[in-house]
Amino acid sequence: MDDLTDVYNDIIMEHSLASYNKRKLEDADMVEKGHNPNCGDEIELELKLDGDIIKDLAFTGHGCAISQSSTSIMIDVLKGKTVKEAMDIIKTFIGMIKREIKDDEELKKLDEAIAFRNISNMPARVKCALLAWHTLEDMLNKK
Amino acid sequence: MDIKEIRKDFPIFDNNNIAYLDSGATSQRPRQVIEKVNKFYEKANSNPHRGSYKLSIEATQAYEGSRRKVAEFINAKYPEEIIFTKNATEALNLIAYSYGMDNIKNGDEIVISIMEHHSNLVPWQKVVKKNNATLKYMYINDNFELDKNEIESKITKNTKIVGITHVSNVLGTINPVKDIIDIAHKNGAVVVLDVSQSIPHMKIDVQNLDADFVVFSGHKMLAPLGIGVLYGKKDILDNMSPFILGGDMIEYVYEQDTTFAPLPNKFEAGTQNVGGAVGLAAAMDYIESIGYDNIEKAEREVVEYAISKLRSLDFIKLYCTNNLENHLSVLSFNVNGIHPHDVSTILDSVNVAIRSGNHCAQPLLRFLGIDSTCRASFSFYNTKEDVDKLILGLNKANELFNKYKR
Repeated sequence: MDDLTDVYNDIIMEHSLASYNKRKLEDADMVEKGHNPNCGDEIELELKLDGDIIKDLAFTGHGCAISQSSTSIMIDVLKGKTVKEAMDIIKTFIGMIKREIKDDEELKKLDEAIAFRNISNMPARVKCALLAWHTLEDMLNKK
Repeated sequence: MDIKEIRKDFPIFDNNNIAYLDSGATSQRPRQVIEKVNKFYEKANSNPHRGSYKLSIEATQAYEGSRRKVAEFINAKYPEEIIFTKNATEALNLIAYSYGMDNIKNGDEIVISIMEHHSNLVPWQKVVKKNNATLKYMYINDNFELDKNEIESKITKNTKIVGITHVSNVLGTINPVKDIIDIAHKNGAVVVLDVSQSIPHMKIDVQNLDADFVVFSGHKMLAPLGIGVLYGKKDILDNMSPFILGGDMIEYVYEQDTTFAPLPNKFEAGTQNVGGAVGLAAAMDYIESIGYDNIEKAEREVVEYAISKLRSLDFIKLYCTNNLENHLSVLSFNVNGIHPHDVSTILDSVNVAIRSGNHCAQPLLRFLGIDSTCRASFSFYNTKEDVDKLILGLNKANELFNKYKR
């Protein structure tokens, strides 16, 4: 990695150090835990649905800057989306991190989450970036 | 001893200015070891113990010669007390499944320390669950050490096995293993001593320690990956049942029954890692050529320099005893407000390699009230310049994160 700010950029740092999405929901419909045993990252996602729409999403837990900011930014991006749209965005995000999706047009739907694009240059940190997205994917698959 | 000259023995440092501070995970290897392993594969490669042709006899001699070298190096009474395994983990599983499963009875206790690596912990959980026994822990004090009171209160007449690491892979604490072994023996327990983190740095004499079992991995002490050692007292090993069954560990095999080979073959089923054993013997030759006295002196100087530098940074919390005579090689620390995983990424950007995470010691980290640490671990080939690069990287991490802190 040539430049640390490729990864520790403003948006990632802001979200990792003070996230307004880090809170408890009073009336969550679904709760799912995510865990990276090797580094000890642990998050708990809470989801509130309104029909097919993600009405609210929040998280608690602890971990590195990458896992924490990725969770927070994911929440910003997916709130208000339908479950189907959310699943599509999750797949695109995972595809971007795994370098399977490189097309800028296709990546547009990721919005701010595109800030994680350079994580693919750091294999040791890919799992951190993906934790929340895999956790939400598991939760939505149970719906 | 001239560290600059010694570093030339390690090809990994050629044209690579990495500050390698992860020798606690695995050491680098000198060309003297690599060359011996290559020479075995080029000149003597064949299956030992099997053929009656010259090449097979050479392989057998290389393998059994390595066993004798290991026995001398740790001062075992007999070469057949040395069992080659793939690493310390396999050696510990062998002891747990063979000795543990056969000897632990309903109501017995196994005592280990809270600082054990998962490999000297998880197998014992399985043994006590299967045999209705209890697993008890010796906890550390505020100075990250085991008190004698704590040891004496946990090891009792009910204790049948004591598992203890010589040096903690998280804290670098050197445990009072001679005292622990004495107390265990007075209570009739056998001791399983893990020297994986100590033998790269200090002389191990198994007869002087009087440990019943001693295990270590070769790859942490300059040898290739995939070779480890189980030492056991002959009379104990003789009475144990085999762990892995198959070729070369048998005497007679009938359709329904088998008799087993004597030591050490009883515990070495299948074709063994002869190249690894040859490399381990070469690593021991190399350590002897430098001398443990010189190794200890060089490491102490660099590690104490690192401790004083780390203690001078107000954003660092160090998990290290204040009694430096009870400490070696391993330094765990945290950077205020920065997760260890981020610290190690930022250090990597200035070519400093450390470990971050729970270091296969989750119960210890839970006991300390944390979920991960940064860990820098040192060997004699490390220099004060490596420490300076570490400190530079830590300052860089702190500045990067401070920009965003409110």
